Amino acid sequence: MKNLGIRLKKKGTPYGVKVPESKLTAKNQIEQAPLPEKVIIPLHQNIGAPCEAVVKRGDKVLTGQKIGDSDKFVNAPVHATISGEISGTTMMVNPPTAQLVEALVVTSDGADEWVKLEPPKNPEALSVKEILDRIRGAGLVGLGGAAFPTHVKLSPPKDVRIDTVILNGCECEPYITSDHRVMLEYGEKVLSGLSIIKKVLSPDSIYIAIEDNKEDAIDHMEELIVAMGLKEDFKIIPLKSKYPMGAEKILTQMILGREVPIGGLPLHVGVVVHNVSTAKAIHDAVVEGKPFIERVVTITGAVKNPKNLLVRFGTPLRSLIDYCGGIDGKANEVILGGPMMGFSQFDLDFPVMKGTNGVIVKESTPIREQDCISCGKCIEVCPMYLMPTLLARYAKAGRYDECQEAYIDDCFECGACAYVCPANIPLVQYIKVAKRELIKRAAKK
Amino acid sequence: MIPERKFLISPGPHLWKGLSVSKIMYRVVIALMFPTGAAIYFFGYRALSVIGVSVAAAVVTEYVCKRLRNRAFVMDGSAVVTGILLGLVLPPTIPLWMVAVGSIFAIGIVKEAFGGLGHNIFNPALGGRAFMTACFSVPMTTWIKPMGFAADAVTSATPLSGSSVWQPGDPSVYQALFLGNTAGSLGETSALFIIIGGIFLVARGVINWRIPVIYIGMVALMAVALGQDPLFYILAGGLMLGAFFMATDYVTSPLTNKGKIIFSLALGVLTVMIRHFGGMPEGVCFSILFMNALTPAIDRYTKTRPYGLQRVKRVKSEG
Repeated sequence: MKNLGIRLKKKGTPYGVKVPESKLTAKNQIEQAPLPEKVIIPLHQNIGAPCEAVVKRGDKVLTGQKIGDSDKFVNAPVHATISGEISGTTMMVNPPTAQLVEALVVTSDGADEWVKLEPPKNPEALSVKEILDRIRGAGLVGLGGAAFPTHVKLSPPKDVRIDTVILNGCECEPYITSDHRVMLEYGEKVLSGLSIIKKVLSPDSIYIAIEDNKEDAIDHMEELIVAMGLKEDFKIIPLKSKYPMGAEKILTQMILGREVPIGGLPLHVGVVVHNVSTAKAIHDAVVEGKPFIERVVTITGAVKNPKNLLVRFGTPLRSLIDYCGGIDGKANEVILGGPMMGFSQFDLDFPVMKGTNGVIVKESTPIREQDCISCGKCIEVCPMYLMPTLLARYAKAGRYDECQEAYIDDCFECGACAYVCPANIPLVQYIKVAKRELIKRAAKK
Repeated sequence: MIPERKFLISPGPHLWKGLSVSKIMYRVVIALMFPTGAAIYFFGYRALSVIGVSVAAAVVTEYVCKRLRNRAFVMDGSAVVTGILLGLVLPPTIPLWMVAVGSIFAIGIVKEAFGGLGHNIFNPALGGRAFMTACFSVPMTTWIKPMGFAADAVTSATPLSGSSVWQPGDPSVYQALFLGNTAGSLGETSALFIIIGGIFLVARGVINWRIPVIYIGMVALMAVALGQDPLFYILAGGLMLGAFFMATDYVTSPLTNKGKIIFSLALGVLTVMIRHFGGMPEGVCFSILFMNALTPAIDRYTKTRPYGLQRVKRVKSEG
């Protein structure tokens, strides 16, 4: 590959773990998933405040019509993702938060009739405020997994100056290939979205971080940057593939050498990290005026034909797995998200949500926890330089104060420790329990 | 259509590397086959029977202890490792019943009485050896020349005892020490085969290279400081076996790299002190046991510095 002057030196870290990549769908083109007969739209799909329904049972809705909204700032509205009728409401558990949330059910009329889109006449001329309004109106959230409302991330506090933006194309979770395919197939839109981010935050430098197991994406993005004349604006940093390279705090440290303070966010050190799929969605929302109603989801693992599908939110997992040929063999676990940080789901009628980047079907066997043999492997791999074995030991004994003294808040629950533990100790799971207990305690005070 | 089936719910991560405790233990057993092979080559049937009795007694003791403590017995290989290691640090002529007593002590008292694998303070094999040194001091210090499978044994002093005749700088001495053609405990005589086993363990990610390298390096440095021959100091005695297979025991060595470095530096100093100033010819066993006892203290003072602890300078806002 000839050097086009925008690819920086490759970087790597001795921390983290090498996981089998299992990217079965890396070469599969994105396909449109068939539209389901009904969709289930949870009213709370973002970190922050839930939405209130703005339609009622029996209402006719069009594809892209807003059906839930809130007057809170940290919130993203939700839209109907097919046209039809609001046929009811239901309750469901949102896996990441384990909270019960209300959901609206839309039954399709089969027409997929869209609301009238209002793209701006001149996208270049939009003000920052207009851009943010369009992003919020479209219901955009970060697509890397945490589902934090994008307009909030693009509105840093007044006393903070963002000097660097990192576009995250690492996709360090095994199996998942949605960001990879988005870079390959919607590269122009990703870069257009990144230019919008640049306009909003006006940082000094912008880096695109991609793991070196996606050489084709690195080459493609490099060529596009040249072709689109953005050579001065964006630099690509290839990173050695390792889990959890794509975590914000790791990227900030790898690329800039800055450590995010414990309990802080990258913006506290002048950095904002956005996912490549979010950048693409920003383009759709701002330039095309499209509400955020679909995303690329990798359906993979023990299904007959693994695929990358463009899926409308609210589509039940069952129809996606069916479309991929059904479950293969004795697989008995369905995971939303990547296998390292994803959540297993027992109900196949559960819908795809804004934060769902993959659905993995796999066979699992229960394992038995043994006593810690103090091998120290969890400490060797912890990207936050914590001592997971100690944290888990304290957590198991209910010594939550000691967990806090051992900086448990620094843990972002990547699970590298539990992945390597020879004694099969569910280290990160104990840590999660302790963190939840500590939050409960803090709330009581 | 997807046939109805029950789905499992489990918290993430949903992947596991698959390197289990028993896999680690059996990798150690494989690595121990090199020094064990050398022991059998040099000391014949005696080596086989000592190691055999030691392993059998260790496994049976572990089984009995688990039953007495009402715990599940898992053949995780840790008792086999202790059995082989204990056998390798014993003299070839030791009566077999003494081997059995030592092995029972190693597993029953040093390991299981403290709560089993993961809870023991001392390395079980070395604990067993220390116990045997105290109880059976004469047979524990009677050495013979390697005689392979020949029947008659000739007693001899080990290279480390003062009475042995060796000439500093004589290449044949180093060669004998390196290959193992010398008097000593069963498994400690051949540095070559121990290093091969040790390299296997480092390469397979079982042990951390820091402990053996720093420990052996420190012994050499200390020997130079005391005006001794460093090459002789690191090749003779149980240093190689101790550095690669005993000091690296997960349970009884510190957790962090910082701790491991302090641990192995101290080991080097202690070993040479005991050898040079002490009444015993060998100091590896007792220095490791002593540092085992200090490991919890080392762990306490060598915790890692978490990411983001030192508040990095905030980027100043403009205007």
